Amino acid sequence: MTRRTGLASFLGQRWAFVFLLLELVLFSFFGGGFFSLNGFQIILFYSTTLALLATAQTFVIVSGGPGIDLSVGFVMGFATVVSAKLAAGFDRMGLAPEMSLLLAILITLAMGLLPGLVNGMLVARLKVPPFLATFAVQGITYGAALLLSSGSAAINVPNLANVIGNGYFMYWVQGRGFSFFTRPDVPRGTNVFEIVPTMVVVTVLVVAVAAFVLKRTRFGRHTYAIGGNIDAALRAGINVKRHLVIVYIISSFLATLSGIIYMLEYVTGKADAGSAFMLDAVVAVVIGGASLFGGVGSVWRTILGVLILSILEMGLKMMGVPTFDKFIAVGIILIFAVVIDQFFPELIHKED
Amino acid sequence: MGYVLEVRNITKRFGGLVAVNNVSMGVSAGEVVGLLGDNGAGKSTLIKVISGVYKAEEGKIFFMDKEVVIDSPMDALAMGIETIYQDLALAENLNTPANIFLGREKMKKALGFLNVLDHAYMQSESRKILEKLDILIPSLRNRIRALSGGQRQAVAISRSIYWDAKFLIMDEPTAALGVAEQKKVIDTINLLKSHGIGIIVISHQMHDVFQVADRMIIMRRGEKVAELITRETNADEVVSLIVGAETVIR
Amino acid sequence: MGDRSAIVASVKAPGAFFAVLARNWSFFFLLLSVVVFSFTGRNFFALSNFQSIIHLATTSLLLACAETFVIISGGIDMSVGFILGLSAVSSASTMQILYAAGWSPLTSVCVGIAVAMAISLALGFTAGMLVARFRVPPFIATLGTQGIAIGIAYHICGGFPVGFIPPGLTEIGNGYLFYLHPPSGAWSFFARPGSIAPTQIREMVRVFPVSFFFIFLALVVLWHLLKNTRFGQHTYAIGGSMDAAVRAGINTRRHLVLVYVLSAGLAGLAGVIDLFQAGTGNYTTFGAQLELFAIAAVIIGGASLSGGKGRIAASAVGVIILKVLENGLNLSGVDPFYRYIAVGLILIVAIVVDQLFPDLF
Repeated sequence: MTRRTGLASFLGQRWAFVFLLLELVLFSFFGGGFFSLNGFQIILFYSTTLALLATAQTFVIVSGGPGIDLSVGFVMGFATVVSAKLAAGFDRMGLAPEMSLLLAILITLAMGLLPGLVNGMLVARLKVPPFLATFAVQGITYGAALLLSSGSAAINVPNLANVIGNGYFMYWVQGRGFSFFTRPDVPRGTNVFEIVPTMVVVTVLVVAVAAFVLKRTRFGRHTYAIGGNIDAALRAGINVKRHLVIVYIISSFLATLSGIIYMLEYVTGKADAGSAFMLDAVVAVVIGGASLFGGVGSVWRTILGVLILSILEMGLKMMGVPTFDKFIAVGIILIFAVVIDQFFPELIHKED
Repeated sequence: MGYVLEVRNITKRFGGLVAVNNVSMGVSAGEVVGLLGDNGAGKSTLIKVISGVYKAEEGKIFFMDKEVVIDSPMDALAMGIETIYQDLALAENLNTPANIFLGREKMKKALGFLNVLDHAYMQSESRKILEKLDILIPSLRNRIRALSGGQRQAVAISRSIYWDAKFLIMDEPTAALGVAEQKKVIDTINLLKSHGIGIIVISHQMHDVFQVADRMIIMRRGEKVAELITRETNADEVVSLIVGAETVIR
Repeated sequence: MGDRSAIVASVKAPGAFFAVLARNWSFFFLLLSVVVFSFTGRNFFALSNFQSIIHLATTSLLLACAETFVIISGGIDMSVGFILGLSAVSSASTMQILYAAGWSPLTSVCVGIAVAMAISLALGFTAGMLVARFRVPPFIATLGTQGIAIGIAYHICGGFPVGFIPPGLTEIGNGYLFYLHPPSGAWSFFARPGSIAPTQIREMVRVFPVSFFFIFLALVVLWHLLKNTRFGQHTYAIGGSMDAAVRAGINTRRHLVLVYVLSAGLAGLAGVIDLFQAGTGNYTTFGAQLELFAIAAVIIGGASLSGGKGRIAASAVGVIILKVLENGLNLSGVDPFYRYIAVGLILIVAIVVDQLFPDLF
C-alpha cells in the first residue's frame, strides 16, 4: 500500500543496525581498546547470558497472549545454584571433574524443564495470564534457589568449570599453529592469540538452532500463528494448548542453559544471578522489533537488541560513566526504538 | 435540494492510495439511501469522513444546507450525525445505560458539592428510549457482553436516537443477526424514517436494502458508479454494477 | 457477577464499598488466612500486629491503586516502584539541603515534597504522552520512565540512603492517634505520654496509626474517582474498547495521559510517605519488585491485564492478602526462604481457584 523510498526510510527501517554502528563508532573514539579483537570478544562473552535469556523471552513473547516469562531470570539463578552444588557435590564424592560437571549439567538441564512445564500448564490449561503464572513460578524458583544455596553463593566447583567457561575455542601461537579448546602450554611471555570464547561458540550454536526452529520449522510457524491470532490457529487445527506448554518449556530450558553457562564462566552459583538481566531481556526483544502482543519477532533481531545493550553497557563502563546512567540510556533507547517504529508509518499515514 | 446531509467532491487519500475519489451524494429527511459496493469500494471510508473519524483532503460537507467542517467524532455528534458502526463500538465491559450515555454521562450533586454520575437518571432514560423503540432488554444492569447480537444492535441504535440524531449512518446493521432480529432492525429503520431522520445504510444484504432504501448509491474502487431509485431497479442490475459491468447515473 | 450490580448500585457509598468486598472471593481468602495464622502464628492475632501490617502496607496500597487505574485503562505501569524510590530520595535530598541552609523545617519539608511530586508527575506525563500520542505500548513506555527514574535517583543519592533531614518526620509518619500505658494509666493523643520513656514502648497500647487515616482517606477518594466520576467511567470504557471510547467522542489521548500522571503521582506520594515512615530517603533496590507486587495485588483483586475490569477495594484486599501472607508465615516461624515459595504457591492456588470458579462469588 505504501512505498517507502529514500535514504531516510531505508535507514529508518534498519535503525537498529544504524544505532549499533553508531555505538561502535562512538565508543571506539571515546573508550580505549574498544575496537579491537579483544574488545569484541569481551563484549560477546559478556552477552552470552543475556542472549540466551532474550532468546527464551522471544519465543514466549511471539506466542502472544500477551505473553511474557517473568521467571527466566530466576530460573537462570536456580540453574546456577543447582549446577554448582551438584558439581561440587559430585566432586566431593570423588568423581572425576569431567564426570562431575557432565552429570551436574545434565541433571540441571532436566530439572530446568520443570518451571517451564508448570508455567505452560498454568497458562495453557488453566488460562492463567502469563504475567501472573510466571510471576508466581518466579517466586517459587527463587525461593527454591535460596533454600538450596542457603542464601549465599555456591562454591567449590571443580576448576574444570573455569577452564571450560573461560576458555577459548581456538588458540594461535606464532610458530605453533592452532589448537582448540585447550590453552597451549607455552613459555611465559609468548604471545597467544585467543580466538572466540568457547561459551560464545556454544551460545551462537544454541541461538542459531533456536532461530532456525522459530523461523523455519512448522513449530515456529505455528508459534507465530498462535501469537498472531489464537482463534485462527485453533480453527486451523493447531493443538494450541500443547504448543504453549512446549513454548514455556523451551523458554525455561534456554534460561537453564544460560544459568549453566554463567556457572561455568563465574564458577559459582547465585540465586539472584539473573535478576539484573530480566528486564534487559525484554528490552532486547522489543528493540528487535517484536510486538508485545505476539505474532511478530525474530531471534536474530533480538540478538541485535542484545548486542546494542551489551555494547552500551561495556562502552559506558570503558568511558568511566557510572553504571546507573546505563538505565537512563537504556530507558531512552527503548523509547526511541518504539517511537521510530511508529514514526515511519506515521509520516505516510497521517491518520489515526 | 432539501438534503439533510450532502457531500460534494469528497476525496480521501491514504498515502498513495485513493480510497474515495471525487464522490458526491446527498440524503433527504426521512429518506434512506443504501450505500453499496464490494469490499474496498470506499464505503466505510466515506462514512468515516462524514462521522468525523477521517478528514477528507478535498470536498465539502453540507448539513441542513449549511457548509460544515467535521474535524472529529465530537463535531459530528454535536451536529446530530450519529453513526452505528459494524462493530457497534460498544464497550462490552459496561452495561446498557453506560453505553447509551458514553461520553455524555449525566452528573448530579451528592453531599451538596460532589459531582457524581447519576446512575438512576441514566437508567430510567435508557429504559424510556428502549421502550419507545419497542426493544426488550431484560436487565439493564447486565454488561453488554451478556446481550445477543440483536440486542446490542438495539442498544447502539437507541444510543443514536436518544441523542436526537438528525442523521444516522448504519454500517452493516443486519450482518450476523438472526432472521427475527433482522426483521426487527428493518422495522426500526422504517420507524426512524417516519420520524424524518435521514439515513445512510451500508449493507451486503441485498434483500434488506431493497426493503428499506429509497435510493441506492453504488461505489466501486473509490468512485461513485451509479445512483438508482430502488423502485426502478432490480437485484441483478445492482449486482452487476457493484461487480463492474457498467456505469449508470439516472 | 452481573445482576448483583443491582445491589451495589442502589446502596449508599460506605455500604457499596463493603458490598464490593463481599463480592470478591479474595476477601474470604483473606479471612481464611487470618484465621489460620491466628493459630499458627505467635502474636499474629494482636492489635499491634494488625495495625503494623496495615501501617507498613500504606505505600503498597498506594502503588496498587495507581496500577488499578492504569490496568483498567488497558495498560500497565512498570515504573511505580522506582518512582517511589526517586520521590523518597529527591524529597529527602531537597529537605536536607534546605534545612542545612537554614530554612525552617516546615518550609524545607513542604518544598521537598513539592519537588518530589513535581518530578513524579513529570515522569508520569512523559509515560502518558508516549502511550497516548506516540502509541508506545505501556509496558515499554513505563520501562523507559523506570530507567530514567532509576538513573536520576542514583545520581541524587549516589547509592546511599539520604539522611540528615529535618526532625519530626518519623513522629508524624509513625505516630498513632491514641497512646495508653496500662501499668501507669498514662494516656495521650498524638504523641507518647510525656511520662513514658521510649524504652517502655513495648508496654504501651497504641491505637490507630496516623497512616490509617491517611490511607483510608486516599482509598475513599480514589474509590470515588473510579466509581462516581466521568473520569472513572471513561477509564473503564477506554479499557473495554478504545474504539468505542473514541467514537463516543471521549478525548482518549488526554485521558490516557491523565491516567499515567495519576499513577506516577500516587507513586510519588507513596515515596513521600515512605520517607515519613522510614526517616531516611531510601532508593528502590533492584530486587524489590514493588511494581510486580502491586500488579499481582490488582489482579488478585479481579482486574484483567486486558483492561476494563478492576476495583479499588478489591486491589486493596489483594495487597492486604499478600502482606498478611508474608507476616503470617513469618510469625509462624516459616523459614524466610520458604516464604517466597509459599507466596508463589498460594498465589497459584488463588489464581487457579479464581479461574476454575469465576462465579463463585
